[in-house]
Amino acid sequence: MSLNIFMQQLVNAASLGSLYALLAIGYTMVYGILRLINFAHGDIFMLSTYIAFYAMTSFLLPWYISFAIAIILTILFGILLERGAYRPLRNSPRISIMISAIAASFLIENLAIVIFGGRPKAFPSVPAFSKIISISGVSTSSISVIIPIVTFIVLILLGYIVNQTKMGMAMRAVSKDYEAARLMGINVNTVISFTFGIGSGLAAIGGVMWGLKYPQLIPLMGLMPGLKCFIAAVVGGIGDIKGAVIGGFILGFGEIMIVAVSAFLPYDLSGYRDAFAFVLLIAILLLKPSGIMGKSSVEKV
Amino acid sequence: MLKIENLHVFYGGIHALKGINLNVEKGKTISLIGANGAGKSTTLRCIMGLVKKSEGSIVYDGKDLTGFKTRDIVKMGLVLTPEGRRIFPNLSVKENIMLGAYTRTDKTEIERDFDRVYELFPRLKEREWQVAGTLSGGEQQMLAVGRSLMSKPKLIMMDEPSLGLAPLIVKNIFEIIREINDNGVTVLLIEQNAKAALEIADYAYVLETGKITLEGKGSDLLNDPDVQKAYLGEAVTKNIEKNE
Repeated sequence: MSLNIFMQQLVNAASLGSLYALLAIGYTMVYGILRLINFAHGDIFMLSTYIAFYAMTSFLLPWYISFAIAIILTILFGILLERGAYRPLRNSPRISIMISAIAASFLIENLAIVIFGGRPKAFPSVPAFSKIISISGVSTSSISVIIPIVTFIVLILLGYIVNQTKMGMAMRAVSKDYEAARLMGINVNTVISFTFGIGSGLAAIGGVMWGLKYPQLIPLMGLMPGLKCFIAAVVGGIGDIKGAVIGGFILGFGEIMIVAVSAFLPYDLSGYRDAFAFVLLIAILLLKPSGIMGKSSVEKV
Repeated sequence: MLKIENLHVFYGGIHALKGINLNVEKGKTISLIGANGAGKSTTLRCIMGLVKKSEGSIVYDGKDLTGFKTRDIVKMGLVLTPEGRRIFPNLSVKENIMLGAYTRTDKTEIERDFDRVYELFPRLKEREWQVAGTLSGGEQQMLAVGRSLMSKPKLIMMDEPSLGLAPLIVKNIFEIIREINDNGVTVLLIEQNAKAALEIADYAYVLETGKITLEGKGSDLLNDPDVQKAYLGEAVTKNIEKNE
């Protein structure tokens, strides 16, 4: 493999890994606070790309306004989803809320097919992001470079919110002990809404960038990335934000490298790209079920 | 300051509290003792709005607490240090203490109270940046108390602060409870360690399977033969002495 192609694939891997990481964080944060796998998370991601798509094509808004609208509406949708589908079941057995999540996922997907239509749509190309840039012989579209940069900034911001702000502190407290958090005067419902808002916002940021990089929209487009990012969150250690980022990048690099290496092998492995995530899941569940960053708790009672 | 009248609570299908009357006077230390499952924790959880009552009234500072959210109750200066400490093991010692002041906005006073907590518990200052889950049991109890003090309590309720602690640390904790009370904070203490709880109390109640069966001055209850028999284990030793 020539160094140039390798570098190009490396950029691709970094941007795919970033997108996976953004989506995986949503799973891990919601799990951390509600012990719930939000199966509708991938569909929230899908919604954000469609909102951006319609804002640009039907309402002819400039891309930056469209993306802002997509992110804001997706955040609101995530909060609403929690209110409508999960909060009423907060005190029910865990299986009920999980079934509700699966139902919400199917509902959103099928409503999307009805409303948006099943036929694929082309995400409009934004000139600022589709430029070809080449640095010392390695050429790539500018979006592939922008995605990791945006992700990096977003992650720093997220780290600040979670670790330095009062709300972040409340989030971490609620994730360990609802009742003790209540006794501190924390409004647990607000914290949970906030968590869903952040998770959905990150999914939306990932969603619009996904649209720019892979500009084909279908109502079921959230399914596979959703599943894979859930795996990324598990691989990293579910409930741990750093773990979700690591898991997302491992997945992104693994997938791209399978394709990259295939070009030089007698047998083409690129068809197994999607299998990588699942093999990884089986491997991690066998070797370290708590995930890479997952640790046995150190609390004394 | 806190007046409970005819309080009934059902826990699932169980009638956990069967008409409790309790009065906490301002500035005093009140103890509530009783065996496991008598309903002590339920009483406190009900006061904080964590458990719904089915009948009766809880009046704090002249206000009926019915329908109040836990966070509103905390804001009014009614604070619970829960059983089993319930510190946040994933947060640092400092963050745990800060969370106690979650509902407050008076920054300079928060700073001052912060320093006071460290003064009261120098051990916590040494471990400021340590993750709270790695503290010893006694340190965790200190942290739980310090955290509660950050809520600026007028009435602090403590649920089994001596649970699972070494005797020397228990003594230390009780000294601190006394000190808190001396600073003008009213204390409602729940204990299985009846002797220590009665010694410190101005007034005490005995709770048995959801009912108050006995009440009186702490010193009186300490000398009450029934209490001694049931909670202090002294009757048994006396009988043995007699037999010898």
